Amino acid sequence: MANVSIRDVRKAYGATEVIHGVSIDIADGEFVVLVGPSGCGKSTLLRMIAGLEQITGGHIAIGERVVNNLPPKERDIAMVFQNYALYPHMTVSQNMAFSLRLRGAPKSEIEASVRRAAEILGLLPLLERYPRQLSGGQRQRVAMGRAIVRNPQVFLFDEPLSNLDAKLRVAMRTEIKELHQRLKTTTVYVTHDQVEAMTMADKIVVMHDGIVEQMGSPLDLYDQPDNIFVAGFIGSPSMNFLKGRVADDGSATFRAEGGAVLPLASVPEGAAGRAAVYGIRPEHIDLSDDGVPAEVTVVEPTGSEIQVFAKIGDEQITAIFRERHRFEPGATIRLAPERDQVHLFDAETGKRLGGLVQDDKQPSDRRMKSGGR
Amino acid sequence: MNEAAPMTLPAAPIDSRGILARLRESRLLLGMVFLFPAAVILLVFLTYPLGLGIWLGFTDTQIGRPGIFIGLENYEDLWTDSVFWLAVFNTILYTVVASVVKFALGLWLALILNERLPFKAFFRAIVLLPWVVPTVLSAIAFWWIYDAQFSIVSWSLIRLGIIDRPINFLGDPTLARASVIAANIWRGIPFVAITLLAGLQTISPSLYEAATLDGANGWQRFRHVTLPMLTPIIAVVMTFSVLFTFTDFQLIYVLTRGGPVNATHLMATLSFQRAIPGGHLGEGAAIAVAMIPFLLAAILFSYFGMQRRRWQQGGRD
Repeated sequence: MANVSIRDVRKAYGATEVIHGVSIDIADGEFVVLVGPSGCGKSTLLRMIAGLEQITGGHIAIGERVVNNLPPKERDIAMVFQNYALYPHMTVSQNMAFSLRLRGAPKSEIEASVRRAAEILGLLPLLERYPRQLSGGQRQRVAMGRAIVRNPQVFLFDEPLSNLDAKLRVAMRTEIKELHQRLKTTTVYVTHDQVEAMTMADKIVVMHDGIVEQMGSPLDLYDQPDNIFVAGFIGSPSMNFLKGRVADDGSATFRAEGGAVLPLASVPEGAAGRAAVYGIRPEHIDLSDDGVPAEVTVVEPTGSEIQVFAKIGDEQITAIFRERHRFEPGATIRLAPERDQVHLFDAETGKRLGGLVQDDKQPSDRRMKSGGR
Repeated sequence: MNEAAPMTLPAAPIDSRGILARLRESRLLLGMVFLFPAAVILLVFLTYPLGLGIWLGFTDTQIGRPGIFIGLENYEDLWTDSVFWLAVFNTILYTVVASVVKFALGLWLALILNERLPFKAFFRAIVLLPWVVPTVLSAIAFWWIYDAQFSIVSWSLIRLGIIDRPINFLGDPTLARASVIAANIWRGIPFVAITLLAGLQTISPSLYEAATLDGANGWQRFRHVTLPMLTPIIAVVMTFSVLFTFTDFQLIYVLTRGGPVNATHLMATLSFQRAIPGGHLGEGAAIAVAMIPFLLAAILFSYFGMQRRRWQQGGRD
């Protein structure tokens, strides 16, 4: 097992740079999830760690070794692909044994390793089957088995669950996490699904357009997003954003463009009177008699909670309630954001203004701290 | 088609609309209607000539004189005919050597064309050329290349001082065999190369990436990923290639007409020579019919031997 250090890594295809200097420190045994919308460079970064893509600038080290110019097989990593990349003409056990066979390992050792991996993943009854005869989840497990057999220093996962149906995805999520807790191998996991990131990661790295927007523990990112992008990306359903201005009359309020007055816990230093974006998560909105009037448009009960889409002025707002209120489309309800859960962002830069739970005057400092955890 | 369907049946006076409607719904009838043109074409242009050929093989038909049934006499004659056996040997030699070389070079070419190289589309188009040019045209070009006096090959070699007189490409039996085989290979490579290239492109790149991560070097990736994944396509391509080569006619007919001393006579050319210029339609037909067992054997070999592997079968999706 080993730590992975990514230092100012850049990737360019011809003149187009797609990754603009990314630095991430991954501790030994850590489960790191790279998450971001498609095209953000997360898969490219993973493939650079694997050695499938050249590194244009910066360096990547696994353990103490800089691996920039090492071929993939000397990097001591194993990768699970989105489409599993199982060899269709080999049985499950041959698939898992392939790397050891190439290495020239003795037969007894190969057999023992394959058995051990198959046992961990519950693949023993399937060893003689071909990939075509397996279900999606089973294939996924074989792909992981192939990685485990090699006993690598780092596991790399490239969107491994996106080809599975929703139910299986949740089950495999747990299984991968369990596996990590058992093997404690350093893992880098790429996904575009923030729920996967939130549930599995020790540390999340949110990427966007080839840069790291923020990294930190899942709850850090949820509680203290550094900017509008992270705020909107993490959390489901996503955070509500309302444009407007922080009041400059000394009251801790925010005046939305539509005229609605929304509460703030406090006015961050120097923010009074500034154009800003008011962010509040759907789950942090309550019903209250002194709330802002909003017109209900759609109601979606899911059983455990009720999702309400409503309009404050012209702005669409989503709110989630665990209580079984009765809502009628067209009716007016009064919504009150929990004032200490409000996030304020600069209207121009999208950067966070002040903090909510704790004061957060030096975001770059905090970023480093959480990065090195 | 729907309109035509009911017309093939007698009109039903009572409740005709109901029957019409029901006939239109009938999948069986619709299927037969769609099948009809294809079946006619097959019957008229394939089954009939094949049947006629087989029948002619049992007769002593000559051009201008309808023959009578003579049983296996044609085949008995062929059995003791040394020229026929020479043609069989030539055909097998021609097919085996040409197919093996076509496969090797075709696969090699396909692998090169599958790499990232500049002007890829241009090279792919170039590779197809020999196949696109009509056989007779390319055969005439080869005729010049192999000419006893004006051959460019001989000329170049003489200029380079390697030989001192022109090579008699098509005059010497061994050289003639090698020459027609070379021409056939030149013509057949594009088919093998382009088809195998199509097969190569269906192999998911992530398999190669997975193999690279598993520690496979270039040769091992070829041996453990490319080759097994390509086997089904190789089987199909080589079956076709063998069939084309075995039944080749045009190249030989233009280049050598079977000479010198029947050294390049294939079964197809011998069959034609006996039947049309020779006038013995029955005998020619018998030679052609004698090709069928060989062709069937080739098809069955590839069908049972290579085409479907266990790993391709079964599975839920």
